Amino acid sequence: MSALTVKGLCKAFGGLHVTSDVNLDVQPGERRLIIGPNGAGKTTLFNLITGELTPDSGSIALFGQDITHVPSRRRPHMGMARTYQIITLFPRDTIIHNVSLALLGLSRMRWNPLIDMKRLGHLTEDGRAALDRVGLGHLADRPLAQTSYGERRRVEIAMALAQSPKVLLLDEPFAGLSIDERRDVHQLLLGIPRDVTMVMIEHNMDVALEFAERITLLHFGEVIVEGTRAEVVADPRTREVYLGH
Amino acid sequence: MSARIAALVVALAALATLPFWLADIYYINVSSQILLYAIFALGLDVLVGYAGLVSLGHAGLLGIVAYATGFMLMEGLGHPLAIVIALAIGLAGTAVFAALSLRATGIGFIMITLAIGEILWGLAYRWISFTGGDNGIGLKTRPAPFGYSMSSPYTFYYTTLIIFLLSVIAMAIFVRSPFGAALRGTRDQPRRMNALGYHVWAIRFWACMFSGLLTAVAGILFVYYTQFISPQTVALTSSAEVLLMVIAGGPATLLGPIVGAALVVVVKSVVSGFIERWNFLLGAIFVAIVILMPEGLVPGSARLWRLAWRKAGAQRAKTEGKP
Repeated sequence: MSALTVKGLCKAFGGLHVTSDVNLDVQPGERRLIIGPNGAGKTTLFNLITGELTPDSGSIALFGQDITHVPSRRRPHMGMARTYQIITLFPRDTIIHNVSLALLGLSRMRWNPLIDMKRLGHLTEDGRAALDRVGLGHLADRPLAQTSYGERRRVEIAMALAQSPKVLLLDEPFAGLSIDERRDVHQLLLGIPRDVTMVMIEHNMDVALEFAERITLLHFGEVIVEGTRAEVVADPRTREVYLGH
Repeated sequence: MSARIAALVVALAALATLPFWLADIYYINVSSQILLYAIFALGLDVLVGYAGLVSLGHAGLLGIVAYATGFMLMEGLGHPLAIVIALAIGLAGTAVFAALSLRATGIGFIMITLAIGEILWGLAYRWISFTGGDNGIGLKTRPAPFGYSMSSPYTFYYTTLIIFLLSVIAMAIFVRSPFGAALRGTRDQPRRMNALGYHVWAIRFWACMFSGLLTAVAGILFVYYTQFISPQTVALTSSAEVLLMVIAGGPATLLGPIVGAALVVVVKSVVSGFIERWNFLLGAIFVAIVILMPEGLVPGSARLWRLAWRKAGAQRAKTEGKP
């Protein structure tokens, strides 16, 4: 059974077809890279998969279960997590509070207005464990406002990992990072176990190509080329719309 | 931390012994007013401070409860029954209020709450058979549970104080809870909260309900305090006044709305006895707060205090450094 299946997905904003008839089949444990020039509809595709946008037609299935009409807020409970291209964190709080919110989101405790949040020790412990995985354990109590851009990227990933997703969607995790930071995040992503299926949008070809097993090339909302890393890199259409520019 | 507890003990002792050192009955009544408005302001702070939703219709919610109480007493119901039904009506009214206004956030939310507040004001003014129109509804008596009559300013003050303390405790528990953390999350990053698995709308809805509960409690205290309710209480100026209490004192703090309520009530009822143009004074104070402490009196004072403390520390270090 596929981890993520997208069939005939279409989305138009007015007359602009941002996603047209996209099919995607990602196997469990696979590392899939989605590439394409600016405006190819990569982030829109992510927003459709996570349910933040409603498709005009087509279907999305997670491990065989149709989730096309499942509200986006239910999808994390079904094992789907994402990071954002534009960092979307809670700037007034500490790093550990950010990660705790990610954990609380999947806990029934999130509705409890009576107990002290500090008494939910497992949130903090699991949060610290997730921060250790991204190498930020020592900064857990630092306010987010006092962290660097690269550290925030890693907090984003830690929040997604904290939810123990089965499918992880990464939207340009290397964007804006220095070479050193890029290497750290790269190591971090390579260390994620195979029970997590990963789909990544990325422009940095040097790190992204090493990560990917299969690559999907989007152009004007359509899948132009799909195949193994070698196939897609060798394909003349890839060079034409993307690599050769 | 211990300094904080000491300050809390002093404040509690001052409030508990207030009728002994504040001999004038007038000031006892002003204190009751401050406390009941503080409950109202705390209720609005749930939305303005913690949910990031600015309401300009809260006087309407308070009015629904006050009118309901007055009307039922006029119809001959007993005090306990009238209070319980009025609270229920207040919560039902809040649910409708929330369902309508939560279709939007930001400016949209403000405009919808403003419109609802104006509709309620219009109803209070025009639905004469129910509200008495401009003449309002008068209450003949205050409740006297177990023979403890609240007709004296002292007994009413202590009743209000107890309800006020319960409200502050409820608010403190709410703010520290996981739900409180989720609510603040929806204020700062609603989109992210949704992607993390939270039901943003429902969180905001229940926050409205908690806000409505505190507002309803304040409404009942208000109508028993003044023993009168008229359209003026429901008007936009009243909604704006309580919003100013929150903003002036410091939104998203526990102490801020209380300080804001004290400020507005004191200027309105005490200082207005000495200065005819007290509205002007209140306006000037708000302008000063916005310029000097845009985050509100309580967080602003804390910031200045820390700054002064650090400066004094640096001064001490300098003088000690010299032989």
